[in-house]
Amino acid sequence: MSKRYIGQRIKRNEDPALLTGQALFTDDVHLPGMLHVAFVRSDYAHGRIRSIDASYAREMPGVVAVYTAADLGAYWRPGPPLVSPPPVKGAIFNARTQVPLAKDKVRHVGEAIVMIVAESRYIAEDAVEQVFVDIEALPAVVDLEKALAPDAILIHEDLDSNLAAYIFQQKGDYESARAQADVVIKRRLYYDHGIAAAMENRGIVATWDAKTQRLTMWDTTQAPVVIRNGMAAMLGLSESQVRVIAPFIGGGFGPKIMMFYPEEVLLPWASMQLQRPIKWIEDRRENFFATTHERDQIHWAEIALTKEGRVLGFKDEFIHDTGAYDPYGLTVPINSQCTLLGCYDVPNYASEFKVVFTNKTLVTPYRGAGRQHGVFVMERMLDIAARQLGIDRAEIRRRNFIPPDKFPYNNELIYQDFVPLVYDSGNYEPALDKALEMIGYEQFISEEQPRLRAEGRHVGIGVVTYVEGTGIGPYEGARVQVESTGKVNVSTGIGTQGQGHFTSFAQVVADQLGVSPRDVHLVTGDTDQFHWGTGTFASRGAVVAGNAINAAAAAVRRKILAMASRELEAPEEDLELVDGVVRDKKNPEFAIALKDLAAKANPLRGAVRPGTEPGLEATDYFGPERGVTANGVHAMILEVDPETAMIKILKYVAVHDCGTVLNPLIVDGQVQGGIAQGIGNAFYEKIVYDDNGQLLTASFMDYLLPTSMEVPSLDIGHETTPSPLNPLGTKGTGEAGAIPVGPLFAQAVEDALAEYDLEVLEIPLSPNRLFELLQSKNKDA
Amino acid sequence: MNQIMKISVTVNGVLYERSVEPRLLLSDFIRHELGLTGTHVGCEHGVCGACTILFDGAAVRSCLMFAVQADAHEIVTVEGLSPDPQHLDALQEAFWEAHGLQCGFCTPGFLMTLKPFLAQNPDPSDEEIREAISGNLCRCTGYEHIVDAVKLAAAKMKESSS
Amino acid sequence: MKPPPFAYHAPTTLDEALQLMAEHGYGAKVLAGGQSLIATMNFRLAAPAVLIDLNKIPELSIIQPTAEGGALVGAMTRHVQVEQSELIARTAPLLHATMPHIAHPQIRNRGTFGGSIAHADPAAELPAFLRAVRGQVLAQSRRGQRWIDADDFFIGLFSTALEPDEIVTAVRLPAMPARSGWSMQELSRRHGDFALVAVEALLTLDADGACDDVRLAFCGVGEGPVLATAAAAVLQGQRPTAEVIEAAAAIAASDDVDPHSDVHATSAYRRHLVDVLAKRALTAACARAAGEEV
Repeated sequence: MSKRYIGQRIKRNEDPALLTGQALFTDDVHLPGMLHVAFVRSDYAHGRIRSIDASYAREMPGVVAVYTAADLGAYWRPGPPLVSPPPVKGAIFNARTQVPLAKDKVRHVGEAIVMIVAESRYIAEDAVEQVFVDIEALPAVVDLEKALAPDAILIHEDLDSNLAAYIFQQKGDYESARAQADVVIKRRLYYDHGIAAAMENRGIVATWDAKTQRLTMWDTTQAPVVIRNGMAAMLGLSESQVRVIAPFIGGGFGPKIMMFYPEEVLLPWASMQLQRPIKWIEDRRENFFATTHERDQIHWAEIALTKEGRVLGFKDEFIHDTGAYDPYGLTVPINSQCTLLGCYDVPNYASEFKVVFTNKTLVTPYRGAGRQHGVFVMERMLDIAARQLGIDRAEIRRRNFIPPDKFPYNNELIYQDFVPLVYDSGNYEPALDKALEMIGYEQFISEEQPRLRAEGRHVGIGVVTYVEGTGIGPYEGARVQVESTGKVNVSTGIGTQGQGHFTSFAQVVADQLGVSPRDVHLVTGDTDQFHWGTGTFASRGAVVAGNAINAAAAAVRRKILAMASRELEAPEEDLELVDGVVRDKKNPEFAIALKDLAAKANPLRGAVRPGTEPGLEATDYFGPERGVTANGVHAMILEVDPETAMIKILKYVAVHDCGTVLNPLIVDGQVQGGIAQGIGNAFYEKIVYDDNGQLLTASFMDYLLPTSMEVPSLDIGHETTPSPLNPLGTKGTGEAGAIPVGPLFAQAVEDALAEYDLEVLEIPLSPNRLFELLQSKNKDA
Repeated sequence: MNQIMKISVTVNGVLYERSVEPRLLLSDFIRHELGLTGTHVGCEHGVCGACTILFDGAAVRSCLMFAVQADAHEIVTVEGLSPDPQHLDALQEAFWEAHGLQCGFCTPGFLMTLKPFLAQNPDPSDEEIREAISGNLCRCTGYEHIVDAVKLAAAKMKESSS
Repeated sequence: MKPPPFAYHAPTTLDEALQLMAEHGYGAKVLAGGQSLIATMNFRLAAPAVLIDLNKIPELSIIQPTAEGGALVGAMTRHVQVEQSELIARTAPLLHATMPHIAHPQIRNRGTFGGSIAHADPAAELPAFLRAVRGQVLAQSRRGQRWIDADDFFIGLFSTALEPDEIVTAVRLPAMPARSGWSMQELSRRHGDFALVAVEALLTLDADGACDDVRLAFCGVGEGPVLATAAAAVLQGQRPTAEVIEAAAAIAASDDVDPHSDVHATSAYRRHLVDVLAKRALTAACARAAGEEV
C-alpha cells in the first residue's frame, strides 16, 4: 500500500454540502404530520413532587398529549448504567441512574417532569406554562465538600450518604518515597471544567411506521448503534426493527454520548403511542440544564522531590462532583487519576478519590473528560516545586520525562478501559524543544521579558506538557465495497460531529485501493448501513474506526489483486493499484479498471466457482488490546493589566504528537479548536450555581464562549511517534488541545505578575478572580 | 384565536406568500415554512450568530425578528450563495480550502456575516476580520482557519475582479 | 424558546403609531430593533399583549444636523447608520467612539438608537452617553410632544420617564462645547459584551485651563446610567493635575456609584474599575480638551 494520500492536507469531502446549507442536521428532518415536544422541567434543585395538575394544558387547542411519569406505566424505569465501574480492589460504586420523567422527587433544576406533545413547538411551550407542579422544596446539596457532611440531606434516600463512589489506586510506595525526599510540597487545588455548549443543541425525531413495523429515529448522538440496540430492548422490538440515524451533528464533545437521555427514551415511545412522527429540539436554555456537564474537583496534592527536582512520589486525594445521577460510571474521575502523572516517570503514586452526588445536572465526559483536572494538579505542583528549588520550569519537566527507551511504559493504574494504563510509545523531549523554539522561550526570558518589564508591562510565559490516553476499545468495524461505477462505498458505525471522518477515512481507503479520496463515499451513523460499533468518544475515531476501515480496505485490496491476477494472467506481486485501475507494473498497458473488476465480481448469469463471495467487498473490525497515548506541549505569552485584571494572549503555540497524521489540516483544526475550548475553560466559561442549586449562567449572555477576539492566532507544530499498537500508527487527537490550557494560563499569569508573588491554584480564572488574588497580595503588602 | 397574517417575502430571488402567526420567528419561517434549512438556530437569544441571514443586504440575526417583519423585504440565505454544491462561490471555496469549518453548524452564519463584510472591505486586516466575525460563535475551529479562509476569500475575490 | 402570542400592528405613519399607543397603552410594547425585546420574549420573560412595530415608519430613521451645531437622531436609526455617519463623527465624536462597543455587527445592523435609549438597560452604553452629553429625548403621544433631558429620562432599572402612550421618536445631541474633551472607556468580559463598567466622559476647560463643566457617566454600576456628580465637584474649578484626577476618580468609586454583584463581577471589583476607568477617561478627556492628540 502506498502512502499517497495519508498525511496530505486534503480538503474535506463533506464540506460542499455543509457550505451550501444542504447537509442534513436533525432539526432539518421534516415529516408530514409531525408533532412537537416541549418539557415541563423542575424549577427546584431538590424537592418532593406533591402533585401535578396538567388539566389546563390537556385542554388547550393544538395539544395532542401530555405525559407524566404516571402516564408512562411500565415503560417508566431508571436508565441503564452505561459504564460499569473499573475492576479496582476496594472500589465502592453506587449506581443511581436518571429517570425518563421525575416521579416522586426532583434532583436537579431542569429535570424533566412532564412531556407535552403538540402541533407546534410554540403551542407546546404555551402548554408548558399551563402545567402546575406542586413541589415541596428540600435543601439543595450544592457544595461538594458539604455533600459528605454527616448531616447532609440525602439526594438518594436509599443510600447512607451522598457518596457515589470511592476508588484508591497506587503504584510503588509513596510513603517511603516521601521519607527519602529533600522537599515535600502540599497544596489544595481546585479545577472546574464547564460545559460543551456545542453550537447545535440536542434533538430527536422519531417515527413509527405501523405498516413496515419499523421505528426510525434521527438523533444527535455520538453512538447510534448503541442507541438502536437499547431502544429496541426498551420498546420490545427486534434490533432490525429500529433504525437510528445520526446525521450531520453540530458538535458533540462528549455530552452527546450520554445514554440514554430521558428525551431519547420518550420520543420513540410517544411516536408509537400516537402513531405520528414526533420531534423534540432542545433549545439553548434547556441545553444548560438537560445536557450533561462536566464539573469541579477539589484536590489535596502532595509532591515529594529531590533537590535536583526529580519527582520521587506523588500523593493525591480528591473529591469529584457527579451531579444528581451517575450513569456514566467513573470515567471522568478515573481519567483525572490516571492522567495526573502525565509525561513523567514517577515511581511512587498514591491516589484516592470520592465521588459525590449533588443537586446539579449530571456529569459525564466533555472533551478532556477529567484529564484537565489531573494535568492541572501535576503541572501546578511542578511549577511550585520549580520555583521553590530554583529550577527553570521547562527544565524540571525535562528532568522528569519518561525516557524514550522506557516505552512501553506501565503506569500500573487501571484506566477507563478497565486495563492498566500502559503508554505505548512516546518521545517527549523533541516536542518540548520544538515548542520552546516556536515560542522563543530562551530569548523571551533573557531579553524580551526584562525589556517589557522595564517599560512597566506585565508579560509572562508559560510552558506545560500533557499526555492523553486515547483510542481505547472495545472495537469498531467497517464495510468497504468497490461499486461497478468505480466509486468506493465505506460504512462504519461511529457517529461524526465535524472531525473530518468523511475525508481522513477516505484517504486511508484511497491509499489501499489506489483511488482518489474524492471517489470514496463514507456513510457513518446510520444503523441500516452498519450496525456494529460503540461510538465516537475518547479520541478514538481515527484510531479504532480508522484501523477497522484500513483492515476492511486491505481485505478488498486482496480480493482485487487475486481477481485481477486471474484476469490479467499476471502474478499478484507484479500488480499495482493506481488511479482506479489494476495494472502490471512491468507492462502498464495490461490493466483493468476497478469498476470493470467490480462488475465481473457480481455476475448476473452463469456460474461462479464454489465459495465465491460476490462483489469487491469486505467487512473487518479493529479492537485494540489497549489504548494509545498521545502527548504534547503548549506554550504561551500573556499580558496582564494589573490595574484592571484584564488579560491578552500575545502568542500561543502547541506541539502535538498523535503518531501518524492522516490529514494535518484536520489535525491542526482539532488542536486549535481544543485550545479555544481550553481558553474558554481557563478564563471565560463558568457554570455558577447558587446555594439553592439554581443555575445562574443559563444563557450565552452569562456563559461566555470565547469569540474570535478572545482566541489568539494559534501556531501548531507536529511530532510523529507512531503507535506500535495499530497498523496505521495513529493516536487520538480530538481532545488533546483542550487538556493543558488551564495550568498554562495559571503559570503564565503568575509569571506576568511575578512581582506580586501570586500562586494560582484554581481554574477557571476571570478578571474578577484575578482582581481578588491581586487584592489579597496588596493587603499582604 | 391567534391572529394570522399574510406576508410576501422574497428569499434568494423567489417570492413566497405565506400566512403566519405574528409570533413566528423569522428563523423558523425560513427553516420550517420555506424548508430552507441551511440557516441554523443555535441560541434563539441573539448571541451565537448561527441564524445570520441577509435582510435587505444587511447581516442580521433571524432569531431576533418575526417573520411578519419580513413582509415585502428581501432575504438571502446560505442557499442563495451558490446554485449547488458543485459551484461554490469564492467565499465558500475559501472556507473549503482553508478548512474553515468542522461540524459546519455555525458556518452558514459566518458566510452570511462575511458576504457583505468582504464586499465593503475587500482587503481586510486580521484584526478587522476578527472584529467582523466576533458576533458568530464557533465551538469547533478556534477561529484560526476561519480567519485564514477570509483572507483567502479576499485574495480570490480580488483576483477574479482584476 | 418560542415567544408567546401577541397582537401585531405595523403602522406606516407616526400618527397611526401614536393612535395605536393611545388605544393599547400599558399592554403594548413598541418593537424597534427588537434585539433585546425579542430575545426576552423568546425566554418568555416578557409577554406583551400587543406589539407596535415602528419599522415601517421611514420618517423615524434620520440623522440631521441641528441649527445649534449638534445632531438629531431619529429613534429608528440603526446603530450601523450612526456608527458610519460622517455627521456624527464630526459633531459627536464621543458617540462615534462609543458605537463600536455596542454588541456585534449583526446587532448593530438591526438595533436602533431610540430602542436602546428607551430600553434603558443599565449596562448599555448609549444611556450613559446621553447623560454625559446632556442629550434630550423627544417623547411623542396623541397628547402632544415633549423634550426630556437625559438626566430626567432614566429613572431606574429598565425604566424611563415615558408615559404608557408615549414613544421616543428622536434624540437631540448638543454641539460639542468649545475647549471640550471627551473619552469613552469600557471593560467587558468579551469583546462586544455588555460592559462590566464603562464610562462616558465629556468635560470643558475654562480659559485658565481649569475644569469647568465635567460630565462623567457610568454604565454597569447602578440601576441606570450613573452621573458622577461628586467626582465632578472635585474637579470643578480645578486644574486637572494627576493628583486632582486621581482624587476625583477615587470619589467617583466611593461616593458616586453603588454597583451590584453578579456572576461576572462583584461590587468591589466594579467599584475598583470605576476608579481605574474614571482616571483613564478624565486623563484622556482633559488632554483632548487641551488640544492634545490622544
